[in-house]
Amino acid sequence: MAPEPTIEQTTEGIPLDSPDSNDRVARRTFIKSVIASGAVASSGGLMLVGLSGCSEDAAPAAGSVERLVTLRVNGRDRPVDVLPNETLAMTLRYKLGLTGTKLSCDRGECGACTVTIDDVAHNSCSTLTHSVRGRAVTTIEGLEQPDGTLHPVQQAMIDELGPQCGFCTPGQIMSGVALLKTNPSPTREEARQAMAGNLCRCGAYDHYLNSIMRAARTT
Amino acid sequence: MYAFEYRKAASTEDAESGFTAADDASFLAGGMTILPTLKQRLAQPSDLIDLSGIESLSGISVEGGTVTIGAMTCHADVAASADVQSAIPALAALANLIGDPQVRNRGTIGGSIANNDPAADYPGAVVGLNATVHTTKREIAADDFFIGLFETALDEGELITKVVFPVPEKAAYRKFPNPASRYAIVGAFVAKTSDGIRVAITGAGPTVFRVTEMEADLSESFSADAIKDIAIPQDDLNSDLHASAEYRAHLIGVMASRAVGDCS
Repeated sequence: MAPEPTIEQTTEGIPLDSPDSNDRVARRTFIKSVIASGAVASSGGLMLVGLSGCSEDAAPAAGSVERLVTLRVNGRDRPVDVLPNETLAMTLRYKLGLTGTKLSCDRGECGACTVTIDDVAHNSCSTLTHSVRGRAVTTIEGLEQPDGTLHPVQQAMIDELGPQCGFCTPGQIMSGVALLKTNPSPTREEARQAMAGNLCRCGAYDHYLNSIMRAARTT
Repeated sequence: MYAFEYRKAASTEDAESGFTAADDASFLAGGMTILPTLKQRLAQPSDLIDLSGIESLSGISVEGGTVTIGAMTCHADVAASADVQSAIPALAALANLIGDPQVRNRGTIGGSIANNDPAADYPGAVVGLNATVHTTKREIAADDFFIGLFETALDEGELITKVVFPVPEKAAYRKFPNPASRYAIVGAFVAKTSDGIRVAITGAGPTVFRVTEMEADLSESFSADAIKDIAIPQDDLNSDLHASAEYRAHLIGVMASRAVGDCS
């Protein structure tokens, strides 16, 4: 088996810290990163099968959707090779290396894979990647400011000791972020309803709610 | 998931021609049912035709005593619509009870009724309010639309464009939800309209149905007391690990009575 490409291979072609990096991505860089992410896709295929039975066993027919797409993720344009039947969670985790988005039930029940699409919370496991072309996807990795300042919801999670094991936390935070975007001063009940799509096996719901309410007070 | 082709339709005509051209296509609305189904390899469409890019299928309008909801309007938009909240508050409240926020942000009314899950909420409102389902080919009355378990009057490749709800005098929806999925174990939609009383039950049987005995008694006297002695036969009701048919039969009376109470 070929050595598995590292995450760096998919991202190093694009300068992370350059504000106008998107404009300056050379064609060569684009191709290089697509090849790299394609390689990740091949080795990741085993993981895809193991996780949800997603497979690449059929070659795309003529006239099918363009597989090489550019996604807007965390404020950056990311070129990536996407299968027609690929979910956003798969693309984020195994093509773009954004493993902060968790996959748990993989059928839209648990909310661990929650990301925001145009600032609205969605289960990325139940969203086809091709359907979000041209829309702004934000994952847990995209919340922190360039200077390292955490998003108020992230900081409140730390201050309130919100998580226990932490696995569902990225999804919980993304739901909280989406809530505060539309309702900056929710009541505790409104926050509870907004977080209802995120399951926590540790049962840390009240701690999460404390965190959301603290974040609402500090924003 | 088995491999399939993905196509994003630009218009309903585009979606229909794509459907006809493909070997065995399925439409993709919000994907809240079909994507989990595909992951379990319970279906193997050759193509998925994504309807999310068809702008004409989304939106809410209130005019002339009706509320019109585009087929691709998500539950969250119906729940949050000030127009729906003031015209048919029971409909907005029902939309807000579906699933969880992430599901309501993707799931659509057209997808819900086309799928016709026996435990879905919207069929209760469509039948309870005597809505009309508009498709690319025709208009279908609510009573003719839902045929059976996951079965509707839709033809192969026929696409729902919008659902038109007449504004009732009063209406209310009560459901006993599965505590995990929020699907209706039993949901009762009661509406008092100019054409009479309608009682639609979802979640209890293979598909939504009306309880004409309750409707008749409520026409005589619109009160929870009027229907408290009506026994619902359990023969055709669902029985599963969540609730027995006997329990569902009991819940129909309880949920309908509470909905009537909410209307008063």
